[in-house]
Formats: sequence, C-alpha cells, structure tokens
Amino acid sequence: MTAELCDAGAWELGAKLDIGEITAAEVIESCLARVEEVEERVRAFLTLTPEVARERAAELDVHRASGAPRSPVAGIPLALKDVLATKGIRTTCGSQILEEYVPPYDATAWARLSGEGGVLVGKTNCDEFAMGSSTENSAFGPVHNPWDLSRVPGGSSGGSAAAVAAGEVVWALGTDTGGSVRQPAALCGVVGMKPTYGLVSRYGLIAFASSLDTVGTFTRGVRDAALLLGAIAGKDPRDATSLDDGPGRDYVGTLEKGVDGMRFGVVQEAFGEGVEPGVRDAVRAAVERISAMGGRVDEVSLPHADYGLSAYYLIAPSEASSNLARYDGVRYGLRVPDASDSIEMMARTRGAGFGAEVKRRVMLGTYALSAGYYEAYYGQAQKVRTLIIRDYERAFADHDVLISPTSPTTAFTIGERADDPMAMYLSDVFTIPANLAGVPAITIPCGLDANRLPVGVQLTGPVLAEATVLRAAHALEADLALALRPPLLAA
Amino acid sequence: MPVEIDVDHVARLARLELTPEEKERLREQLGLILEHAAKVGEVAAEDVPPTAYAIPRSNVFRPDRPDAMLTQEAALANAPDAEDGRFRVPRIAETGS
Repeated sequence: MTAELCDAGAWELGAKLDIGEITAAEVIESCLARVEEVEERVRAFLTLTPEVARERAAELDVHRASGAPRSPVAGIPLALKDVLATKGIRTTCGSQILEEYVPPYDATAWARLSGEGGVLVGKTNCDEFAMGSSTENSAFGPVHNPWDLSRVPGGSSGGSAAAVAAGEVVWALGTDTGGSVRQPAALCGVVGMKPTYGLVSRYGLIAFASSLDTVGTFTRGVRDAALLLGAIAGKDPRDATSLDDGPGRDYVGTLEKGVDGMRFGVVQEAFGEGVEPGVRDAVRAAVERISAMGGRVDEVSLPHADYGLSAYYLIAPSEASSNLARYDGVRYGLRVPDASDSIEMMARTRGAGFGAEVKRRVMLGTYALSAGYYEAYYGQAQKVRTLIIRDYERAFADHDVLISPTSPTTAFTIGERADDPMAMYLSDVFTIPANLAGVPAITIPCGLDANRLPVGVQLTGPVLAEATVLRAAHALEADLALALRPPLLAA
Repeated sequence: MPVEIDVDHVARLARLELTPEEKERLREQLGLILEHAAKVGEVAAEDVPPTAYAIPRSNVFRPDRPDAMLTQEAALANAPDAEDGRFRVPRIAETGS
C-alpha cells in the first residue's frame, strides 16, 4: 500500500488545498478508501458518516473555488471519540445504555471544528464511558491495534488512536481523564496531546470524572497537534471550568524554536519495576537526543506520584458514580420494561445497561462517598491530589519540561489483562498524575521495542505551557525522524 | 488486608441490580482495589488541604439572557416513554385506597 493523501499531515494537506493542488473531495475519498480497506480488521469506528463527509467536502470545494480563505482544519477528515456529543449522530459512549442515543446538541470542541469546515468521518470506539485502558470494556467489542491486530490499541480512546495510526482519518479527538489519550497514542505510535484542564471546553463531553476530564488530540505529527489544539481551545460560556484565552494560543508559531537551553527533568520514579526494558531503552535514548540538541537534562523526583494511582481510583470512580446517576431510564437511553415501580426500573435498567467495569467503578465510587467512608477515602484522596500538585510545582520551579515513559508497557494482547482490574489500572500509572494536577502533557513515538511495537515518550509542562511542551516535542520528533508505518499498511 | 464491603447496601445506594455472581466478584475485586487505594491514608496528613479542582475557579458568571433552547419535541425525542409532552415512568408511589 503506497502512501496516500490520507497518510499526510493536516498542515501538508492544508498547504495543497490552499493552492488548489488537491480538493477536499479527493482527501475524503482517500480516507474513505482506507476505511474500506482496513476497518473490518481494525474496528476503530462505532458509526461511520461517509455521506455527511462527502457532502461537507463538496461544499468546501465550492466555497474554496470562490476564493474564500481556508481555516487550517477545513477539509481535513477527522474522527471523534464516541463520548463527544454530535447533534443528530448516534453517540453511544461504548455502552448499551446509550446504544440508541442521538444527542440534540454538539460538543463545543466538535462545534468549533465543524464551524471551520472539519469533515467528520465517524465516531470511534472506546471503553464504556471512557473507563478502561484497552477498549475491551466497549459493549461493542474491542478495537485492534494496527501494529498487531491481536493486540489492544490502548484506551480508553483506542478507536481514535487506531483510526489515526491506520490513516482512516488525518486526525481525531479523544478524551483523557487518566491517560485515555496519551496511553492509546503511545500504544498505536501516534502523537497524543492532553491539554491543561479547562483549556478545551468539556461541554458535550459526556461526563466521566468532571474534575479530571479533558478533550485531547490524536495526530501523526506534533505540528498537527498544535494546529488542532489551537482550533478547539478557548473559553466557552457553557463550561464554567473552561479557561480564558491567554497568550500562547498560537501553538504553531513557536514550534521551531528548538530545545537549546531548555531545562528537562527526567522523572526518576518512572523507570523502576514494571517498566519494560524496550520502553526504558527507547525513552532513555530520546533523553540522550534531547541532551545532544542542547537541552539541559537532569533527574527530578515526583515523590507522591506513586500515590497518584490510589488517589485516582478513588476520585474518578467517586465522580463517575455521581455523573452516571443520570442513566436512570427516564429521559433517554435504555429502559428495561415491565418493572413494577420506578426504583426497580432504574436498578434493573442500570444492571442491564452497564458493563462490568462501569459497574465496578460505580460501586467503588458509591462506597467511597458513602456515610462513614467519605473521609477515609475520597477526603484523603483529595489531599494526595494537593501533594501531587506540590510535587509538580517544585519540579517546575527549575525545569521547563518533565520526561517519562507514557506507559510502562507497549501494546498487550487482547484478553491478557481483562480479568485483572489492578493490572489494567497500572497501564495509566505515568499518565494519571498530570490529570490530578491539571497540567498539559504530550506523548510522541520514540521508537519500537523488540516486538516492533511503538513506544511513547511523555513530555509534561506546567499549567498552560502547551506551547513549551509542543515546541520540545517538535524538536525531538524532528531529531528522531522516525518514519513509522504500521505493518497493516505495509502490504 | 482486603477491605470487607457490604455489597448489597452499596448496590442499593447505587440503584444497581446485580446478579449473585456479580456480587461475589465485586466483593472480592473491590476489597482488593480498596486495599490498594487505602494507601492514600499513608501520606495525607492533617495539615494538607484537599483539592477538588486542580485549577480552581470561583464565581464564574455569564449574562442571564434567553438563548436558543431545546423544543419540547427535541427534549423528548430520546425518551424511552412519553405521554402528553411529559416523560412517562412506572409507578413512583403507593396508590392510596
């Protein structure tokens, strides 16, 4: 399979669209042809919207012919994780309870892309309500990693990661509550960006854990991540936690400035037990590259990061148990028939509609918030959150960017961890602290392990330092110059 | 030591019907997860304030003016059951005699 338009970066396609060398119709046809070719094996999508996409591309080409200026996202095919609400297009959250749900409104992040001419290819598969690290918790079956179809793509936004890796779309949005953009991006060999909490509106992001949820991006390069983030960031009156547009909103302008003189801290806790040698070696090699480019590198400690996992598995389920109370069979979603009263209807509907992991977390959260246990669990977890924020503050007092592996392992096989929730939760041990502290982090591919599976390196910055993180990632990406192409596309 | 939890009580609070097999599995798994999670108590000292939101904001206001809103028809479009412009649910109270 030769490289097609669907394999190009959005910035590259944009330049060609601008001068009329290619049309939006050609770009979408290239993506739809790739979907036709690989989707049966990858299963990245829950809903495909080819008719809407073709119509939109045709409109854009007419508009373009009139000489109107083009937004960087116009004509670029994208996918949305199926937890982002799309008006008139089924949005399932990977759950039976929302299998037939058609939202009457658009998520703000999608509304912004749509308003600028983004072309929606479809809604991607994910762990149910974004709870998971492999997509195996989807009610509709797992996504297959384009690098090895017997392996998971990571999760929860595994469908978005796989769709970008396989060239089914040029870029995609996912959500990251504890690593659900960065971990699948790492496992699929693409770039995943989790912005500062609040930089992108959560309106229409169907809530999992409100104090941790963020909308993030999947791209095949850092330049595209900067473009896509710029298009979705910014204050939204519909999300009171969204942040005002600050300086630094132009993430592209500073990309080329390099890392000379920048101060990097290698997180010493992130290279211990449980980290695969292939991951450790590739990340260490990336650190050496940064050093060779003039980055000042030393070790840094996040002493409470170890407690992050424990805190996360109290805070996220607690918030989830409250957020998911809305699935009660009354206003939308599944309702189990023939209940004798409303309470029975709700309990039976939720029992039938939620999968095993969602039930586990609803139970965990309900327990952690219940009378007599609140202080010992949720209250203590919130204090740990403070300690983790202080760790970052100390680290960023004399560092610009922190470096660690994104995930301790490369892609694992489907079924391998399905019956062991604690082993699955450990996939996110290096990504969770950034969510607890609200800071931005990006993962970029930094090599392949002995099984030829991609390894991701995570770069983390202080609150609202997206431009710094992207700039460092761009320099490393250019220096590594990996031309990653999953074997699925090699034949 | 794994934490002992009253699964029936928690399931009732969560409005979640579970099979006997699910209850047994959850009793075991939640016990282990909570044992791990209880580690938070090791470091969370008295003088550490809790954080609810990493990037705190307070009193976020917007002008109070009418905006586009859902029609009744759109609001009811996803309802499992509706009648006369309302959500219809099974009995919610004992009927008096």
